[in-house]
Amino acid sequence: MRLFDLADLPVRDLNQLLHNLTPETNDTRWRIVNPEGEHNIAVGVDANINIEIDGHAGYFCGGMNKLARISISGNAGQGVGENMMSGAIHVQGDASQSAGATGRGGLLVIEGNASARCGISMKGIDIVVKGEVGHLSAFMGQSGRLVVFGDAGEALGDSLYEAHLYVRGNVASLGADCVEKELRDEHRAELHTLLEQAGEAGKVDVSSFRRYGSARALYNFHVDNAGAY
Amino acid sequence: MTESHFPQTPPRFSSTFDPYTVAEIQRAAATGIYDIRGGGTKRRVPNFDDLLFLGASMSRYPLEGYREKCSTDVVLGTRFAKKPIHLKIPVTIAGMSFGSLSANAKEALGRGATLAGTSTTTGDGGMTPEERGQSQTLVYQYLPSRYGMNPDDLRKADAIEIVIGQGAKPGGGGMLLGQKISDRVAQMRNLPKGIDQRSACRHPDWTGADDLEIKILELREITDWQTPIYLKVGASRPYYDVALAVKAGADVVVLDGMQGGTAATQDVFIEHVGIPLLSAIRSAVQALQDLGMHRKVQLIVSGGIRTGADVAKALALGADAVAIGTGALIALGDNDPKWEAEYKALGSTAGAYDDWHEGRDPAGITTQNPALEARLDPVLAGRRLANYLSVLTLEAQTLARACGKSHVHNLEPEDLVALTIEAAAMARVPLAGTDWIPGQRF
Ligand SMILES: Cc1cc2nc3c(=O)[nH]c(=O)nc-3n(C[C@H](O)[C@H](O)[C@H](O)COP(=O)(O)O)c2cc1C
Repeated sequence: MRLFDLADLPVRDLNQLLHNLTPETNDTRWRIVNPEGEHNIAVGVDANINIEIDGHAGYFCGGMNKLARISISGNAGQGVGENMMSGAIHVQGDASQSAGATGRGGLLVIEGNASARCGISMKGIDIVVKGEVGHLSAFMGQSGRLVVFGDAGEALGDSLYEAHLYVRGNVASLGADCVEKELRDEHRAELHTLLEQAGEAGKVDVSSFRRYGSARALYNFHVDNAGAY
Repeated sequence: MTESHFPQTPPRFSSTFDPYTVAEIQRAAATGIYDIRGGGTKRRVPNFDDLLFLGASMSRYPLEGYREKCSTDVVLGTRFAKKPIHLKIPVTIAGMSFGSLSANAKEALGRGATLAGTSTTTGDGGMTPEERGQSQTLVYQYLPSRYGMNPDDLRKADAIEIVIGQGAKPGGGGMLLGQKISDRVAQMRNLPKGIDQRSACRHPDWTGADDLEIKILELREITDWQTPIYLKVGASRPYYDVALAVKAGADVVVLDGMQGGTAATQDVFIEHVGIPLLSAIRSAVQALQDLGMHRKVQLIVSGGIRTGADVAKALALGADAVAIGTGALIALGDNDPKWEAEYKALGSTAGAYDDWHEGRDPAGITTQNPALEARLDPVLAGRRLANYLSVLTLEAQTLARACGKSHVHNLEPEDLVALTIEAAAMARVPLAGTDWIPGQRF
């Protein structure tokens, strides 16, 4: 276990150490203490390691992550796991806006609530939020899955492409071109696998979710839809 | 008796409802949709043609052409980056996406830029191996859509350009119409084939200059502070935008005037939003000077740069380098008269063809159609671009020598006068033959 104390050394030193890791590294367990809301903790990591962050993280924690499994014991600031490629990020507390923005792969689990624009422009990432998500979540979501145990704010899935959205609570409103769709067996199976990965298997009934997706009516510009844009 | 023969007046067109305006109303009424097109501003706006160099005579000493050296090298990104960019010439290739341009066109841009010793830039759609392979110096754009964005390409880039806006459409997003979405373009953008691909106008994970400061730090952390970070803005409020760019921590500011080209934007946006480059440079430079950052944060300007005279004038107003888009495409072979029959068939003519969004470009540049794309030989087209870049540089050097400068960066506003009152006010140089700079407070 490598211990890194952000009270003693700057984020720059931490990130450089993490970037210097080779695929054969034996330093596969890291514990980061005293994060105190510092920004850009463990960004751009490309190594099959575990990182525990003991406290609250600021903006963009785990940004562009590849392979690493990062766990944050507190809250996460704006853009946690933005553009992540693979690996996993687990936030024990709440997450600020744009969690998992443009993420391409991997799994982001948020135990608490996520603020506005959760999963904005998502491109393949899977996001599981056990609390609520704020407005404009999954805006322009292209692919990947967003699973919300609680409620979703206004304009869920606005201008949605092919991302799959599952919400168990209430949806304040759906954004342009986002519609409710039938939850079929294949979707239950998809949800089951996803919840298993998130460590939630068997804890919630997959049939209690509603499914939302793109109506695909705005996929090609048509003048009669001008009012929807 | 009345005269049997009255003098005839020719039909008179309204200057308000001129023939183009009439045709546009008719087109709008028939289709119900605004006009989308490529290219930049088509109407005349004040530009560099309205400025003149004074040249040396008794009170200034010229340099000898062909013998006395006039250097043109540029270093970009000296503020924070460990590896600044070194270019041989002060002309760079602007960001144009793979998707809007064919893979051959992107490769040709890389080849031409590399031959000339300058950089080329990716665009909205990610980095292709062809352009990385052929570009010695490649700037990687970081756009709101984040199409194709990944940390591996980020680390392969020689510089990163965060795009806030473009001169053609400050405040606007992007649109690549479905007909240009080939399998490859779709795959790079993680979207189904054949559907319109919209690019948002705001970044997904930050708002405002304070957030941007943290975003820039994130990109620096990911690239271990090696790579220069540029910030591109469309010219609208250049003084404040440049000041905020400096505050947010940019190494280089790219300022794109309203004439700047685009792959596909509403005509009303291209023609009516933003300010001409001529009117933007001095405010941008003023912001840098007020912060003590002129030449420390470098300024690249673009939007309607065509000739070495334009290059020299932009530098004289305080820019460190210029970027070209449309000019580079023309050099590759865009709007070549040899395709005239096909331009006619598309309802256009060589020199005016601007339906770059449709993907039917006879010259094989703004298309993803394999048969059309195959018409563009990337090696030959790259050579043509290198020739053009060489001419731009030679012309700029000629003018700099005439003003007695041993480096193009030594050109200064003092070397310029304006032909019109508008240009004098915008460029803050005197009207020719006078010492009058309109708007200057003494
Ligand atoms: C075909 C085409 C595609 C473009 N794509 C992008 C883009 O992806 N990102 C961007 O920031 N600017 C883009 N631009 C704008 C250019 O980067 C640049 O600002 C502009 O072309 C400069 O003006 P000029 O064409 O008059 O030289 C594009 C321009 C053209 C002509």
